[in-house]
Amino acid sequence: MKRDRLISVLTVAVAMFAATAQAEPDPQAGETVFRACKACHQIGEGAKNRVGPHLNDLNGRTAGTLDGFRYSKAMQDAGAQGLVWTDETLDAFLADPKSYVPKTKMGYRGLKDPQDRVNLIAYLARFSPDAVIHPSNAGYDLDPAILAIKGDVEYGEYLSGDCKTCHQADGSVQGMPSITGWPEEDFIVAMHAYKNKSRTHPVMQMMAGRLTNEEIAALAAYFGGLQ
Amino acid sequence: MVKLNRRLFLGTSAAALGTLAAPAVMAAAHGKPRVIVIGGGAGGATAARYIAKDSDGAIDVTLVEPSRTYFSCFFSNLYLGGFKEMDDLGHTYGTLAAAYGINVIHDWAVDVDPDGKTVSLAGGATLPYDKLILSPGIDFIDGAVEGWGVEAQNKMPHAYKAGSQTELLKAQVMAMPQGGTFAMVAPPNPYRCPPGPYERVSMIAHVLKAHNPTAKILIADPKEKFSKQGLFQEGWNTHYAGMVDWVGGDFGGGNVSVDPEAMTMTIDGEKTKVDVCNVIPAMKAGRIAEMAGVTDGNWAPVNAVDLSSKANADIHVLGDSAEQGDMPKSGFSANSQAKVCANAVRGALTGSTVFPARFSNTCWSLIAENDGVKVGATYEATPEKIATLEGFISQTGEDSATRKATYEESEGWYSGIVADMFG
Ligand SMILES: Cc1cc2nc3c(=O)[nH]c(=O)nc-3n(C[C@H](O)[C@H](O)[C@H](O)COP(=O)(O)OP(=O)(O)OC[C@H]3O[C@@H](n4cnc5c(N)ncnc54)[C@H](O)[C@@H]3O)c2cc1C
Repeated sequence: MKRDRLISVLTVAVAMFAATAQAEPDPQAGETVFRACKACHQIGEGAKNRVGPHLNDLNGRTAGTLDGFRYSKAMQDAGAQGLVWTDETLDAFLADPKSYVPKTKMGYRGLKDPQDRVNLIAYLARFSPDAVIHPSNAGYDLDPAILAIKGDVEYGEYLSGDCKTCHQADGSVQGMPSITGWPEEDFIVAMHAYKNKSRTHPVMQMMAGRLTNEEIAALAAYFGGLQ
Repeated sequence: MVKLNRRLFLGTSAAALGTLAAPAVMAAAHGKPRVIVIGGGAGGATAARYIAKDSDGAIDVTLVEPSRTYFSCFFSNLYLGGFKEMDDLGHTYGTLAAAYGINVIHDWAVDVDPDGKTVSLAGGATLPYDKLILSPGIDFIDGAVEGWGVEAQNKMPHAYKAGSQTELLKAQVMAMPQGGTFAMVAPPNPYRCPPGPYERVSMIAHVLKAHNPTAKILIADPKEKFSKQGLFQEGWNTHYAGMVDWVGGDFGGGNVSVDPEAMTMTIDGEKTKVDVCNVIPAMKAGRIAEMAGVTDGNWAPVNAVDLSSKANADIHVLGDSAEQGDMPKSGFSANSQAKVCANAVRGALTGSTVFPARFSNTCWSLIAENDGVKVGATYEATPEKIATLEGFISQTGEDSATRKATYEESEGWYSGIVADMFG
């Protein structure tokens, strides 16, 4: 996804979340919301393309690119212009599909309740275990001063010991997302989203919860430099 | 398995080649500081790798480990459940030697002279050290379970050190008569892997449900409660209803004896004929810790900041053997402690920066196919101990997608920790 697009989407999302006090995403409630989608979309083991594409590994997928599904021209174009499905883009799309991707053939009016969307997205994310999701679940307005902190790479390398029990230093993905070579800013935003619990994952919330702003910057600098 | 990080390879290859040529002699000739690590498991392999990697050849690292292949206890229950092969659990030391320049010696350490600062090996060699790191895992306390001794381990396996014991237990389970009884004697606290016995029960129940659905599982447990109890009991009810009978400490579960010849287990006076009996006795630090004079009672007390022994500043103890405070005895914990220790040892020997200690742990357990749960916490060093900061645990009643994601995450963790240990 192109950086400028990412940032604008993020800003929109931040504004949107700021207006509505958001509760914790609840994937189980999302499963109930998903019933409305089931008429056209399959998800989970053995899911196939039906009226709509299957939704396994949706997070991180470029829009309109799943093999074997005939997308609208509009969706293919959106993908070609850099639309990638993330928590933020899904939120915007699900709120009003026809205005986010005009001429999409998805015949769905949209999901107006922001909490329903957050829950649904959390449910969908369960089926994208390997997704490398750079930007955060927004909902968190990061102080530019935090983004500006210069990370200490040596300290970051030491701190990274905590990460490397699960995430591999050579960037290989074997059931755990790769966290090497990210733009530092994305890394920082993601870690702060875990720290303030707007991004859900109990292990990551715990790991990020103890990190100071300087420590997050140090990790971002260290991992950002690994290929 | 040999996957090299390029940056790391460039950083250490020169040193690696040098050390490989003549490791033992180099140490003496160059007067480099010497670190000996005893035990190439979760704690020891990690410590050796981090010291060698981060000191770029400035420290001479020797790893003493009798086995050429390390079979991890972690995921060995999944082998019992049929989700992993024994080969998946086996890891060798080739990369640690070839890419990190660690002098790997496959031998037993049989003695430590803390005054002369030397380690004696079964093969006869005596190795000098500046810093000694012990991560020998666990041994069993003699006489802990009446009627059982290590000589009975082929009749009633413990399978609490992975490898042939685990294979034996699996073979015994597969050979059980229809409707037979699998018995377990669970250990008292503290012991290696608090959820381990209960994950094992789950995995054996999984196998029996498929091959021997009328079989029963009977657990004698000295404890009144156990790790992730709510989650395990919920899972047993859901997946294996009526199969598992857990007798806890408040119902006489600690008053147990076994007879390996007659294949019986007696709980609080009530004798039962059993077909398989998995005896997991009370544990203590690996014996070499006692020989090094760093144990007090069953375990080796250590300082939280650097895992140095409270009895000897030049000996560090990691993992299961250490009495450190709040961390459970797990592979994740041992790996976490090893990195703090490696940083401190390097600082002491070469003056590199010593950063404040920080620890973490997460233990995943599998209850049934795609039904994974987890518990974890972060820890800090206080003057008294390693103390818990914050923790979490999976919830009962979670949806199946969450449980599946948790299991998949555990597979990612396994690949990650093995790469962090063995390179
Ligand atoms: C069934 C089971 C399931 C488990 N599941 C998990 C899990 O899911 N997650 C988790 O984090 N942990 C798990 N564990 C716990 C984990 O295996 C241990 O906590 C961990 O291995 C401890 O690391 P260690 O370095 O202390 O010992 P070990 O990893 O056991 O390593 C000790 C090594 O020292 C060597 N050694 C011993 N004495 C000597 C000597 N005198 N000279 C030279 N070498 C010696 C041994 O050969 C061994 O290789 C499980 C354990 C069991 C039994």
